[in-house]
Amino acid sequence: MYAARLIELTKTYFLGDNVVRALRGITVDIPAGDFVAIMGSSGSGKSTLLNLLGALDRPTSGHYVLSGHDVGTLNDDHLSEIRNRLIGFIFQSYNLIPQYTVLENIQVPLHYRSDCRTIGPADMNRCLDLANKVGLGDRLDHRPFQLSGGQQQRVAIARALINDPEIILADEPTGNLDSVTEKEIMELLTGLNREGRTIIMVTHETSVARRARHQIVMQDGLIASDGMFNNDGESK
Amino acid sequence: MPIANTLRTIRLALKSLMLHKLRSGLTMLGIVFGVFSVIAMLAIGEGASIQAQQQVLALGATNIICVTVKPPTDSSQSQGAGRSGSRGFSVPKYGLLRADYELMTKTIKTISGAVRMREIVSEVRYLQQGLNARLVGSTAEYAEMNHLHLLRGRFLSDQDENDMANVVVLGASAAATLFPFDDPIGNAIQIRSHRYTVIGVTKMRTASASIGGSLSGQDFNKDVYVPLSTFRSRIGDMVVTRLSGTFSAEEVELNQITLKVTDRSEVIPTSEVVRESLRLTHGTKADFEVIVPLELLRQADQIRQIFNVVLGSIAAISLVVGGIGIMNIMLATVTERTREIGIRRALGARQRDIIDQFLTETIVLAGSGGLIGILLGLATPLAFQGLKEIVRNFVFDQASDVSPMGMMFYGLEPRIAWWSLPVAFGISVGIGIVFGIYPARSAARMDPIEALRHV
Repeated sequence: MYAARLIELTKTYFLGDNVVRALRGITVDIPAGDFVAIMGSSGSGKSTLLNLLGALDRPTSGHYVLSGHDVGTLNDDHLSEIRNRLIGFIFQSYNLIPQYTVLENIQVPLHYRSDCRTIGPADMNRCLDLANKVGLGDRLDHRPFQLSGGQQQRVAIARALINDPEIILADEPTGNLDSVTEKEIMELLTGLNREGRTIIMVTHETSVARRARHQIVMQDGLIASDGMFNNDGESK
Repeated sequence: MPIANTLRTIRLALKSLMLHKLRSGLTMLGIVFGVFSVIAMLAIGEGASIQAQQQVLALGATNIICVTVKPPTDSSQSQGAGRSGSRGFSVPKYGLLRADYELMTKTIKTISGAVRMREIVSEVRYLQQGLNARLVGSTAEYAEMNHLHLLRGRFLSDQDENDMANVVVLGASAAATLFPFDDPIGNAIQIRSHRYTVIGVTKMRTASASIGGSLSGQDFNKDVYVPLSTFRSRIGDMVVTRLSGTFSAEEVELNQITLKVTDRSEVIPTSEVVRESLRLTHGTKADFEVIVPLELLRQADQIRQIFNVVLGSIAAISLVVGGIGIMNIMLATVTERTREIGIRRALGARQRDIIDQFLTETIVLAGSGGLIGILLGLATPLAFQGLKEIVRNFVFDQASDVSPMGMMFYGLEPRIAWWSLPVAFGISVGIGIVFGIYPARSAARMDPIEALRHV
């Protein structure tokens, strides 16, 4: 049972006369319940891969199958629906909407559901549960600028979970945080993974990547290594 | 979109707009003033229309007024049936004829009443007091037709007319000038070597305003009234005016015939018949004019409509300028909120949702501007009152009160046209839609990846 399958995925950008082959054939299966860390230096193609995984972009060739949907063939509205229903985003810079409160930020994905756009009592309970789960049950009326970085990232995690997505995509989730907060956020993510959620995380810090079960290292648009961390902290 | 969702979108739009209160307020101003001017212009137009209607009603909506007009003089010879005077003079003869009166009242069935009138300017004396008055020869119905009310005594009667009585009724200020101390009633005044006994004095009557240039304003207070038959026998049709060594003479039978028509709907057709019958007797001579108050009313209405269109266009320009201002700010807002757009797209917003969001914000902005403009517009009558005070105190002296323009200005009461309120609101919302579409679409078309990367 795979949460996501990538088959011979390529992405080529045409910038004027320059042809940039950002991804040159990526094939990888991500089983449901996995916790994957994608690593690599800048320019290795990991951002491009993340955009494809997040259904923000379509591959030039190959297939990206996310819970039965071949994302490469979908139109813009369907991609929106996939992002809304199957993917939970966590960004490096939290990306909360500044004029909204904590509660309203958690609710944003509910408004873009394709089936039911109004927020019912059940949705409201779910929001409160998630806020409590990330430890912000008492700050529902706060605005993002009133929260610390770690707290903002917790709001983002609650928001990513609100539509019960198939995979969670985390782009350097601890990149802007100090080591103590980083540990807290990583524990939160590990906890989610233990509950059975599939998490794909981009990071360039080995200490963070080590917490994942499975590491993919990218280089020049290809997967350089794919495997389990050994306890020495070196990928094999 | 169901109602609950629309309300939520509006609430969120308000939230985003309240984030920049000053900016949103300034952006609204264009629409506020545009809507305000639309409502104010229409209110003033409506007020002017009511004013014109009242003036025409004062003339009598069922009246047709035939007046004598002096034809353009021909230098070599007098026109038409000129009568040779002494020493080879030819005295120009023109104007309405007694025969016209007989013809019209006898042949046109829709005419229910008619008043003849002859007037000259003449000196009127009582002892040492003298006055150049408008001497009017007419019949008993004249008072009713011109809304004259008697202060003392009585007006001319049919009996006076039959007897060619030497009686006179004085206008209020004429009486005051001639009889500063004495009681006018029963005393005799002198007009052109004849003496007339005063039988009545009229109440003060405010001067009638001129309408559309066709009929000049009249001040009835300096008038002196005698029976028409008396006028004819004592003064005659020919009037000689001496002016510093030279003199001019002219012969006129009647100066005015006011016809009353049985029904309002008959006025226009009857006026055509009247014109036609006068043309029969007068031929090509342009010595009469037929004034139809009802026609004047229509003309005034047409002028008002043109006026409204012009004023409306000016107001519309300010609305368009307001719309452009809104579009400008919304484009800036979209750029500023690029990242928010990226976040929403990543969380599953379709392009349609982004369009809805920004379009709603623009509509809320324009709509609130419209509401404020309507509130200001409702204060137009009050503001106009203030304007009148300012003009009265600082711009013109009191004399302007009685000038035609002054009377029009001071007599004008703006009247809110209630239909203009929903229309103005609709227009402001429409402007929100028209000028909101482009910024909303450019927001929706952003690449989500680029938008997320935007700082």
